[in-house]
This record gives sequence, structure tokens and C-alpha cells, in this order.
Amino acid sequence: MENNIVLSAKGICMTFPGVKALENVDFNLRKGEIRALMGENGAGKSTLIKCLTGVNKFEAGEIYLDGIDGPIVNKDTLDAQRKGISTVYQEVNLCPNLSVAENLFIGREPMTKFHTVNRRKMNEMAANLMKELDLDVDVTQNLEEYSLALQQMIAIARAVDMDCKVLILDEPTSSLDDNEVAKLFVMMRRLREKGVGIMFVTHFLEQVYEVCDGITVLRNGTLVGEYSIDELPRVKLVAAMMGKDFDDLASIKQEGSGDKSKEPLVIDAKGLGHSGTIKPFDLEIHKGEVIGLTGLLGSGRSELARAIYGADRANAGTLKVKEKEVMIKNPIDAMNLGMGLLPDDRKAEGIIGDLSVRENIILAMQAKQGIFKKIPMSKQIEIADKFIEMLQIKTASRETLIKQLSGGNQQKAILARWLATDPDFLILDEPTRGIDIGTKTEIQKLVLKLADEGKSVMFISSEIEEMLRTCNRMAVLRDGAKVGEISGDDLTQEGVMKAIAGGGK
Amino acid sequence: MDKIKKITKMKLFLPIFSMILVMMINVVYDIASGNPAFGFFSISINNGILYGRLIDILNRGSEVAILAIGMTLVVSASAGTDISVGSVMSLSGGMCCMLLAGYGVTNVSNYAVPLWVGMLAGIAIACVCGLFNGFLVAYMNIQPMVATLILWSAGRAIGLLLCNSNIVYVRVPSFQFFGAYCGIIPTPIIIAAVCVAIASVVLKSTALGTYIQSVGINKRASRISGFNSAKIILLCYVICGLCAGIAGLVATCRIYSADTNNIGLNMELDAILAVALGGNSLGGGKFNLAGSIIGAYTIQAITTTLYALGVSSAQAPVFKAIVVILIVVIQSQPVKDYFKKLSAKRAVAKEVA
Amino acid sequence: MKKLKLGGNNILLAITVILFVVMYLGGCIIYADKGFTHLQTFLNVLINNAGLIAVASGMTCVMLTGGIDISVGSLIAMDCMFLAVGMEQWGMSSPVLMILVLVIGVVFGVVQGYCVAYLEIQPFIVTMAGMFFARGMTAVICKDQVSIVSDKLFTAISNAKINIPFGGYTNKKGIYQVPFIRPTVVVAILVVVLVFLMLKYTKFGRSIYAVGGNQVSATLMGLNVRKTKLLTYTLCSFLTSIGGICYCLNTMCGTTTQATGLEMDAISSSVIGGTLLTGGVGNVLGSFVGVLINGTISTLVKSNGKLVSSWANIITAILLCFFILLQAIFAKIKESKKA
Repeated sequence: MENNIVLSAKGICMTFPGVKALENVDFNLRKGEIRALMGENGAGKSTLIKCLTGVNKFEAGEIYLDGIDGPIVNKDTLDAQRKGISTVYQEVNLCPNLSVAENLFIGREPMTKFHTVNRRKMNEMAANLMKELDLDVDVTQNLEEYSLALQQMIAIARAVDMDCKVLILDEPTSSLDDNEVAKLFVMMRRLREKGVGIMFVTHFLEQVYEVCDGITVLRNGTLVGEYSIDELPRVKLVAAMMGKDFDDLASIKQEGSGDKSKEPLVIDAKGLGHSGTIKPFDLEIHKGEVIGLTGLLGSGRSELARAIYGADRANAGTLKVKEKEVMIKNPIDAMNLGMGLLPDDRKAEGIIGDLSVRENIILAMQAKQGIFKKIPMSKQIEIADKFIEMLQIKTASRETLIKQLSGGNQQKAILARWLATDPDFLILDEPTRGIDIGTKTEIQKLVLKLADEGKSVMFISSEIEEMLRTCNRMAVLRDGAKVGEISGDDLTQEGVMKAIAGGGK
Repeated sequence: MDKIKKITKMKLFLPIFSMILVMMINVVYDIASGNPAFGFFSISINNGILYGRLIDILNRGSEVAILAIGMTLVVSASAGTDISVGSVMSLSGGMCCMLLAGYGVTNVSNYAVPLWVGMLAGIAIACVCGLFNGFLVAYMNIQPMVATLILWSAGRAIGLLLCNSNIVYVRVPSFQFFGAYCGIIPTPIIIAAVCVAIASVVLKSTALGTYIQSVGINKRASRISGFNSAKIILLCYVICGLCAGIAGLVATCRIYSADTNNIGLNMELDAILAVALGGNSLGGGKFNLAGSIIGAYTIQAITTTLYALGVSSAQAPVFKAIVVILIVVIQSQPVKDYFKKLSAKRAVAKEVA
Repeated sequence: MKKLKLGGNNILLAITVILFVVMYLGGCIIYADKGFTHLQTFLNVLINNAGLIAVASGMTCVMLTGGIDISVGSLIAMDCMFLAVGMEQWGMSSPVLMILVLVIGVVFGVVQGYCVAYLEIQPFIVTMAGMFFARGMTAVICKDQVSIVSDKLFTAISNAKINIPFGGYTNKKGIYQVPFIRPTVVVAILVVVLVFLMLKYTKFGRSIYAVGGNQVSATLMGLNVRKTKLLTYTLCSFLTSIGGICYCLNTMCGTTTQATGLEMDAISSSVIGGTLLTGGVGNVLGSFVGVLINGTISTLVKSNGKLVSSWANIITAILLCFFILLQAIFAKIKESKKA
């Protein structure tokens, strides 16, 4: 094994039904190194972590760990933990109702001679551990009394105290404020000095450049490259993640047609926000316009859309729809104003799995009509057949359960659900994620067609190219706030990437 | 082999299969004890009234069938069961009789208030109970069974209070009518049939079924698509309360008295069992009302058969409990996974051979 | 110095204790003439509820894991009937029967626990089936009421008094009344103390809290969640059987309708005592206070004389509802704080 390398994965392959999740991915981590693992949605970050920690069984490849001869096989996370690979997730995986000391030592408590838990000794040990890591914590208090950041650090302390060689931090900062993040970084650096190898997953570019020594970038389940931090400035990192080499960035001409700013306003948001997810923003959307929301995952793209739609009820600001001020408490209010939302999490918020394709398609239309005006069966069949044909939904019959369809066809059915309500303003949140190229193009074409018909569309996607192809204007988001808009000549791949990457180098 | 699989996958397979099984046990028992082999199915008219074990099952099963309507909706929408229905039945009966007889009076042959007032009050209080349960479940996010536990205990007690801890007899023919005979047919059968008919017409002509199922399958997606999940769940509990109220009145009219301690006793088990036997998952989601109704009558058939076999009413719960456990064990995920693995292995073995 | 923080859970427990004190003092003032102020009245609450105390301890453990067990009342009826019929009709000796009852409890618990932990069936459904099964089995053992008269040891234990050296009073006839408790009370208190220690100082006890706190975390931290659940349900049924023996020593008979609704009392005692229905938070001492509140309610209703006994049920249900709502509100506040 190469010198100083503590964890090394070689040629990891993993397929989920129908999708190649990881293809021949390598990953190397040195002792005392903080390495960022970067990639957009579906790049395979979490799959790789799951392979390393024994949650997923990978099909090919080997994992080597310092101090163990030959490739290791982790049966489960516990097994990985015992070998020295600990993981701390975004949601703290501790028990809020137990004391800090117990959370640190549960499962390996010090015992008295009567085979009972020696609480005094446990508290002592815990207090020492906290002192060592310079954390000001009363270990006898319940975990839930402390802030998320401290909980996060206690989770790390637990991992570290269990003799870990490799610490995987899976988006630990997404729910922390700047102050808390700073504290976390102090701790990470401390661990680095001790020789722990840290794999750090985050969506915040600033954080990567603040604390990391190296960056590994994944895209679409393949390794883009392993870089040292100096090799890869921000814009290049974004390019690597988004899938274009920065050098041959040919600006793609948008096909979406021109300026719509003279058209009447459909949406006019002033200071709209939802505390905790999206800071107050202003946004105007005109008739027949396709507006793109761009930014990295977790930048507040979906949250902005959800605040407008009332999926997360906005608690600040005002919203005007077609020049009239409105209060949207629930999605149904938004729907009655002619909106529709195709959510990004298809499984959790899109499909009603156990209902048929037909029922899924007429669902929103039925909701708009109300419970007493059932759409007659003949009409339901007519609508369902119309959209199955129009969107080319591949299904055995209209009565097939939607959960049996492929992802792309499920997505089309949800799209059909909204088209059936004939909306004036349609929000599409990652409509093309996880579906094949052909369907992607169809959806893009459909968006342009809708715009031609005078409908407004909000388009959210991680792929800049398809946004450029469809959008008239783009709003840029970073760290939960809208930071700017791009239109006209700036609407090029390079311009967008610079805007996403933000200030700095 | 494939044919068998097709049949077992049919929606109504479980309830109809159980029904046939119970009938066969009856036939075998009849033959073994020397009665005519198909005595179970014979129907005759004595004294201008229909007689026969089938009629008896249909008659006695009315309450469970009515309860099963509400319980099916509750299970579908909230993935939990309403265990207060038995108590609510007793409460609604108690309320009705208390009004009809006047508070503290235990035996009357004349109404104190018009019949419809008593009946309506009984049903109304049951609906209020449903509203209470639904509020706790839908708006306070309390687990359905814990929420309904409150009325499970208090419902019967309130009923007892209304009746001043007595059994209130209402010996008026027009009251007894609802538990006796309408022409040659037992009235409860007609009431149950009307309830089922109304329920199916409502489900057919409105979008209620779609609403309930989509809320039960995926609450979040339903909200995004414009449904008010909490309201739908509340509505289901109110309907369940309404059904319990009607069933309670039927049970009360049958014995023309408000025997609060015994009306609806253990009925919640029968109702839940009916839903499970009907092929509905107790985990919520898709429902099949017809299955539940057949399930309800199957339960009654089981009960009647158990009585015929000499099992007392106090002992019968043992067998029902075993049936419940068997059904939920078969429905449970680990067991399903196990069978899936088993059949996969078999398929592999076949291929190798 | 330890800071005593008044978090939501402590508030619940504090409300409970205050409620008990107010209720009892209220009783003392209103029903002073009926002997409410005597120590013996309080001891009677303990004697009458000895069985319930043991059951509530077990129920608390199950609820700490986030589950529930509604079979306890029926299991007690089955235990009592088994004891009564065993002694009166089968002529078995009481020690053997008591051991058998405990074994039955363990087996019953293992089956329920297996269904919940390993087959992942909702605890409510499993224990509801258990409830009807046990109730039906009671009738299968014997349909009639059986009184225990023949077994001398059992009768002796039942009638044994343990005198308390203080708190006596002279009654109207001028005879000095020595306050006393029954052996069942000792057993019940022993159960509470042991369960309290077990929950606080053993690995198993802490695992119960961990499972109730966050099942996923508990698994990730290396605890065997399924085994913990199985053992908890077994423990609950075992303690219920101990409670059943205590109950039987009080009633000295077996009937099919015995202890109906006792599960409700046990659950409400736990909830009133500060155990969260969602699991993870609670304390067996709180449940003990909960039982005392339940007992005080029925004593108050009885002392009134005019009220029917179903009032006790209704008041308990109202209290339960109140505490469930409090819990739900606290949970909502917590959630909104997090967001």
C-alpha cells in the first residue's frame, strides 16, 4: 500500500436496477487529510459512501484500509466502525433522550463488578473526552438540550473515540449556521493533526476551500478526477461537477426566444421567504416566460419554488399572482390560481404508487374540481389516454399501477397530472433527473411548447445545458438566498457557472 | 400452477375463500353430527318469518357489516384502526334510550320524546365521538389507536352514566321494529343493506374513494396535488363514528334496551378483523369495501359456527384472535420477503434442473 | 451543582406530582369526615392497586420503546382464573401455580414480542389479539366465577398484614387502629424499585431508552433493537403476571370479566406519569405516581358515595386525554423550535 494512504478504494462498481450507480470509481484518502467529495445529484457520492461503510454491497472493486492486509469487506456499518471507518450524517444519529455521556458510550459502557453500568466512571470518561476536544458540554445533560452543531460534534467525538482511522462526514454542515460551522472546522483540523483521514461531503463551495486539502469529483457515477485544492479553483470545480471541461466551454445558443419582459406579470413576489429554508427574495415572472432557477443542490432552488407554491407556507413577504395580491396557505390555493408543481422527490411527493396511471393523471384535476364533482369515468379515460399518447407514456395499460412504471414514465405521468389542470404557471423541479436522454429532450421541447402557448414555466435543473436551451432568464441561488439574475448575453455556460460559483477566486 | 396464482391474486380471494372454508366446516359438522348435509343453506318461512342459519348470519352480522364500512375508510386513510367503535355503539344506544325513556327511568312503554329525536341524538353523539377521534388523529398527530383508546374507555362509561347505570328498556313496538322483522325479512339486514348501498353510491358518485386512498398511500404527494389530508382523515373518522352510531342503534333495538355494559362489546375486534379478512392492508392505502363487507359476514359465520360447535360467546375471542394474528403475520413484510426469497430460490432450482 | 432544567418532560412530571398532591389534599379537606386523612386510606390505595403498580411498571418499559401492550388486563384475568381453577378444581398447590403463572407470562410475552420485533407487526394489533386471546382463554379455563377458599398458604398470604409502627388513630369505638399493608404492596414496591434500577443502571435498561429515542441511531450505535424489543415485551408480560398474582391475592377469585379495562389504567398511569407515547422518555417512578393518581380518583369517587363508579373511568380518560394533548403540544413546540 502506498505510503500514508489510510483508505483506498479501487475500481468500485455498483448497479441499481437499470442504473449504473458507480462505474470503476477510485478513491484515496491520506492520513491527516481532509478530502472533499464533490458531485451533483446522482453523481454517486452517497452510493460510494454506502459502499465504503458496508450499507451497499458493490459488485466489483476492492477497498483497502491501513493496517489490514488484503481487501476488506464490511458486512454493515457496525462492522465498518469496528474496522475504523466511522460515518457522521447530516441528521445526527444519536439518541436525543439520552445524556451526552451515554450517547458517547452506549453499547460499550464501563461496568461495575455487579455488571451494572458505572455511570460515574462513564461521566468522567465522557467529560475527559469533551475536554480533550475542547467542547464545553455538561455530559450529564440530555443530548437534545444542545444545539445541532454540538450534537454533530458529539457524534464526531463518539466516532473518534472509537479509534477511527477514517471519518466520513456526510453533509454535516447543511443545518448549521456560520458560527457553528467554524466550530466544526476547528474540530476537523484538530483531528487532521491527529492523523485521522476525513472525507467531507458538502454543497457549500466556500467550506471546501476553507478546510479541505484535496477534492475528489464524481459525475454520473464515474470518477472525474482527484485533485489537490490548489489545482482546482472554484470555476473549474463547478465545471468538473457540471460536466464540461472549462477550456472548451463553447457557449451554446439558447433556443428559447427572446425578451418577455413586456408581457404581463404572472408572478410578482416581494420579500417572500420561509424561515430556515429560503431567505426573502424578489422575483417577477412574465407571461410566456421560462425562468430557470440555478445553483448547486441545497442552494435553495426547490425551497424558493415551494415557497411560491405554498408547499412550505411562506412566512414573510407578499405575493401577487396576475397583479392580484394573494395568500397561499396550501397547495390547493396555488392550484386554484393556476399553478402546478412537479416536485423533485418523485417518490415521496410525486407519485401515488398504489394507484393506476389513470388515477394519477386525473388526481390534480379532481382536487381542483372538489370532492363532489367526480370526473366521470369516460372523461377520466379520455384524459388519461390523451396524455398517455401525447407524452408517449410507456405503460401496459392506463390501469397499470404507476409504481410499476420506469422513472421517466412516472415523471411523464406526473407531468400529465399538471398539464391536465391547464395551468398558467408550472413549476418543474428537476423534471429530467434520473430519466433517459430521449425523455429529457421531449420534456425540454414540451417546456418550450408550453411557453409558446403563453404559459409561464419555472424550470429547475442541475444541468446547465438544458437550462440554457429552455430558459429566457435565470435566477441564481446560493446558500439559501437569491443572489442574482442572468439574462440576455450573459446567458452562457460560462456566465452561469461563474454566477453559481460566486465571489472569490 | 399459474391459474392458482391468478386466483389467489384476485382482490376478493381472501374473503371469499374464508367464507367458503367456514361453510365447508359447517357442512362437515352437519354430516358428522347426522344432520342433513346442506342444512346450513336451507331457508324456510315459519310464521311468516324467514328462518335458516344463513338468514341468522346475515341478520346478526348487520352490525359488523355497518361498522366495517367506517373502519375500512379509517384504516385506508390513516393506517390505523378506530378501537372505540364498540364503546361508541354502546354510547349511542344509551343516549337514544335515555332520551326515549327519560333520564333515570328504566322501563317504559311510551316514548318520552319522539322516536326520531332519540335516534338522531344517538347518531349525533356517535358522530361527535368520531369528530373527537378524528381531531386527535388528523390535527394533533396522535397515533390512531392511542387517540381512540380514550373513547374506548370513556365511551361506555359515559353511556352508563346516561343510563344511570341501569339497563333501560324501551318496550315500544315501533322501537323494536328496527331490531325485529320487516315483513318476512329481519330489519337489521335491510338497514345494513341500505348503509352498504349508500356507501357504495357515495363512493361511486363522488371522488371520496380517490381522495381517501391517495391520502392513505402518500400523504405528502396528496398535499402537493391539492388534497387537504387532515380534513379527509377527519371525515373518515366522522363516517366511522356515524357507522358506529347506526350499528349501536341496531344492536339496541334488537334487545329493545340499552344494556350499556354489553352492547358492542368486543365489536372493534370483529370490525378490524372484517377489514383484514376483506383483503385490505391494515397499513392503509388501497381499500376494497366489498371485501370488508364479505369479511364482516364471514366473521359472523365464524361466530355462529363456533356457537354451533359448542363454543361459548366468552370463549369465541380466542379463535378470532388467532385468525387476526394469522392474517397480520401473513401480511407482515418479513414473512412476505421470506416467501419471495423462497419462490426465487425455487425458480433458480428449476432453471438449474 | 446540577442545574435542574425544566424541559417539557420535567414539566409533565411536575404537573403530575402537583396534581396528585392537590387531589389528595383536596380529598383530605372535602372528605375529612370519611377518614381520608388517615394514613390507612393512603395505604389502602397502595393495597388496592398493588397489581396495577407492577403492571404499570412493565407497561412503562414497553412504552419507552415506543410500543404499547393492551393485553395486560386480559392476561391478569387469565392468570387469576388459572390460579383459582388450579387451586380449587385441579388441586394443585399454590407455589407451583404461581411459578406456572409466571412461566405463562413469559411465554405470552415472548410470542407477542416476537410478532412485534421480528415480524414487524404494529404492537397495537398484536397485543389486541393477545388481549382477546387471553380473555377468551379465561372462559375456556372456566366459564363461572371461582372463589379461592381451600388453599391455606394462598389465603394466609392474602390475609397477612404488615403493621406500620406510626400513623395510627383511635376509631369511634375507642379501639386503636394500627395501619397496615399487605405483602402484595411489598412485592409491588420491590418491582418498582428493581425496574427503576434496571432502567437506570443496566445495559438493557439503557438500550430500552435508546430504542425509544431513535431506532435507527440505536441500530447504528451497535444495539440489538429487535432483541431489546422482544425482551421488553417479555418483561412486560412477566411483570403483568406478578401483578396478576397480586391482583388475585386481593380478589381471591377468578372470573371472566376480571380486570377489564386495567390496560387502560396502566397506560394512563404511565402517560400521566410522564411517559411519552412516542417512546424514549419516561420513568417508572412517574408511573407509580400515575397509579396513585388513578387510585386516588377512584377513592374520591367512592368517598363521594353518590357518584357511580363509571365516573372514575371517565375522569381517568379525561386526564389521559389532557396529558396526551399536552404531549402533542409539547412535541409541536419542540418541532417548531427546531425549524
